[in-house]
Amino acid sequence: METIVSTDRLTKRYGNRVAVDAVSMTVRRGEVYGFLGPNGAGKTTTLRMLLGLVRPTSGTASVIGKPPGHPAANADVGALVEGPGFYPYLSGRDNLRVLARYRGLEDSEVTDVLGRVDLLSRAGDRFKSYSLGMKQRLGVAAALLGSPGLLVLDEPTNGLDPAGMADMRRLLVDLAASGQTVLLSSHMLSEVQEICDRVGVISGGRLLTEATVAELRGASVLVVRAEPLDVALAVATRLAGDDAVELTGTSLRLTADASLTPHLVTELVRAGVSVHEATPSEKSLEDVFFELTSEPARTMEVVR
Amino acid sequence: MNDVLRSTRAELLRLRKWPALWVVVGTWLVLNFTFAYAFPYLAYRSGEPNAVGEGVPPEALLADVLPAAVPDAVIQGMPMFGGALMTVLGALVVGSGFGWGTWKTVLVQGPRRGVALLGTLAALGVVVVSTVAVTFVLDTGLALGVAALESADVVWAPLSETAEALGAGLLVMGMWTLLGVMVGTVARGPALAVGLGLVWSLVVENLLRGVASLLGPVEALTEVLPGTAAGSLVGALGTASGAEGTPGVLTVLDGGQSVWLLAAWAAVAVLVSLVLVQRRDVI
Repeated sequence: METIVSTDRLTKRYGNRVAVDAVSMTVRRGEVYGFLGPNGAGKTTTLRMLLGLVRPTSGTASVIGKPPGHPAANADVGALVEGPGFYPYLSGRDNLRVLARYRGLEDSEVTDVLGRVDLLSRAGDRFKSYSLGMKQRLGVAAALLGSPGLLVLDEPTNGLDPAGMADMRRLLVDLAASGQTVLLSSHMLSEVQEICDRVGVISGGRLLTEATVAELRGASVLVVRAEPLDVALAVATRLAGDDAVELTGTSLRLTADASLTPHLVTELVRAGVSVHEATPSEKSLEDVFFELTSEPARTMEVVR
Repeated sequence: MNDVLRSTRAELLRLRKWPALWVVVGTWLVLNFTFAYAFPYLAYRSGEPNAVGEGVPPEALLADVLPAAVPDAVIQGMPMFGGALMTVLGALVVGSGFGWGTWKTVLVQGPRRGVALLGTLAALGVVVVSTVAVTFVLDTGLALGVAALESADVVWAPLSETAEALGAGLLVMGMWTLLGVMVGTVARGPALAVGLGLVWSLVVENLLRGVASLLGPVEALTEVLPGTAAGSLVGALGTASGAEGTPGVLTVLDGGQSVWLLAAWAAVAVLVSLVLVQRRDVI
């Protein structure tokens, strides 16, 4: 698959503090990449470097085959970084018209993107009168201007109410479905779990891991307690395969999707097995995230 | 070039709709009207010349507000409040973008940083040219009005004098605007930039001129200050009787020297701004 963003040991130091420490990541065309980390982990600084707003101290990056911030790269990137930055005295529509002129686009594009974020009814009001959620949506609308090949969204659901979050999520899902590449930073794990294909987990400036959501969460497991165990084992092996079943004391652990549960239980009962329990157990991204990020945090406390 | 044009169009759109821009330009026009026409004319009518110019005869006061004096009326306020207002404008236009986060938003649209700044400068250029043109039209109208009221003959200033005055006006207002842009860029915010710009143009230069008579090196320094150049250029063109006494108007340098010095300050301001905008991280 084609790589749209790649960084090689990208580093940013501010004096003695390392904000971003040798981050090497890749985003492929057509995927929704979740950039995950606690506040202050270096997400925004990394994104700023990818957009050419901040120069790396060392390391390199390439965005759409160009160095970051190159006009040809930014022309095909739409971004919302660290909150929306607009002229407070202009209406939402005029703010986008200004940006459309910078991009050499027609004003009709402005109406189009305002519609996509559901802001048309308030487009004539001044930006400073907008609620936080509306400002955020205008920021996303600005990022969508010109249908860029890559969308960079830094915590797009920040400040949104639950309904706004749901709307934003739906918009992102629609974008993803249309093949739009999205680089999304977030500390909302449920959001990332729902939307993203792959994630990079960053903490303390370091990229801890980069994998698909499924890989990170690991395979889902089905725990079955049944009697007699040997018959249950035979049935489970037949259904899930030899390698997928493990005998742990008085129960079976099946590496299988939760959707297998009803069928498995039916077959066990048919074979005369008494089923006491059949529990699907799945690690959430949150569990994985805390496993990954708690380690450096503890080390830091020791250092202090 | 095409990119600069795009940026200029975008900046013109947002400047045109900015109330602060109209407040600054409007203030200049009101002050120009007040000091170049209202006060001299009222003083003339009241018959108490001492109220405005010391010992200026009434006929001279009237001459200052008739059509022949329009070129002088347009530019006489520029070294003082005109320049200060343009410094405020330049500092606001560039400085505000840092606080609002609009520089960040603009730069991710794709323009090179230098191109984005040049677009802003070009848009400000349009503002400066328009301001000087509107001032000229306004003052011409006022002078014609006075001539009609006083049944005076309408005598125009020679075309060359008018052209020189308008050129000088553009140069003085443009240079102060660019200095405003420079402090706005250095300070990365409007408040400090406006404050520093005003203190410099209204206070520091005048203080230095005050000290100059006591200390030789300071005197040499004051001769190359931007305010000295602006004041001297207007002073070199000033023909009306009141020019000598107008605050900010000087006769330290001759016209040619002032033009070169103004151009040099403008170039320094552009250069410093360009270098800073390209080198610094945008936060």
